[in-house]
Amino acid sequence: MEQQLFWLWGGIAVISAVMMILKRNPVHSALCLVVVFVSLALLYVLLGAEFLAAVQVIVYAGAIMVLFLFVIMLLNLETEVRSQGLSRVAFKACSLAGTGLLLLLLLGGGAVKALRAMAPEQVSGVPGNTQAVAELLFTKYLLPFEVTSILLLAAIVGALVLAGKRD
Amino acid sequence: MVGTTQYLVLGAVLFCIGVAGVFIRRNAIVVFMCIELMLSAVSLTFIALSRSQGSIDGQIFVFFIMTVAAAEAAVGLAIILSLYRRRQTINVDEFDLLKW
Repeated sequence: MEQQLFWLWGGIAVISAVMMILKRNPVHSALCLVVVFVSLALLYVLLGAEFLAAVQVIVYAGAIMVLFLFVIMLLNLETEVRSQGLSRVAFKACSLAGTGLLLLLLLGGGAVKALRAMAPEQVSGVPGNTQAVAELLFTKYLLPFEVTSILLLAAIVGALVLAGKRD
Repeated sequence: MVGTTQYLVLGAVLFCIGVAGVFIRRNAIVVFMCIELMLSAVSLTFIALSRSQGSIDGQIFVFFIMTVAAAEAAVGLAIILSLYRRRQTINVDEFDLLKW
């Protein structure tokens, strides 16, 4: 059952990601990206990270994508004009990304083997629920958590300075 | 039970689709969305490895990645807006301010 769900949602994620980079209308790209984020959230549930799945839907698929759609519609963009010689560039880009994928899989295989040697795979018994995340977040990672609030404040100020009205 | 390797391969595939998108697309907002996709792929890798290691520290990292992604989206879109005001375009080929 879990295997089928993985293939279903992983397949949806990959197909929508490919659609996202192929669609020429930016609004369509944004909607495809929402589908990718939702299927990733479902994969997080499969991995036992329910809290992060909820946050993924609320923050990524909700807040961030609404921001993207706002900007796309504010700018009133026409569909993307194909620049000249794009197919050559696209071919190069795809071959580059494919080579990168191969490298990633080869190197990652070695890294995963090393990790397995360090700690044997103990899949069950991980408390992936909200309480466990909160306990770790407010004890071991309290300082990074507080620094994050400063980061968000800086981001708000920066966004206002950059996008604010100028005389 | 789905193996960790499958999740890692899925994360790598999504990351490389994002890389290809950054190279192919000319629209700055779509390039930005591809970067968000790459961040999400890394998050998936973090969560899969956190399960295989039997600890939830990886999930905390994903929490921080999401915070950084939100801040990045706010600032990045503000930069794109102000670039659009100056140049009336968001085609990344047009932006050669740092070239001389």
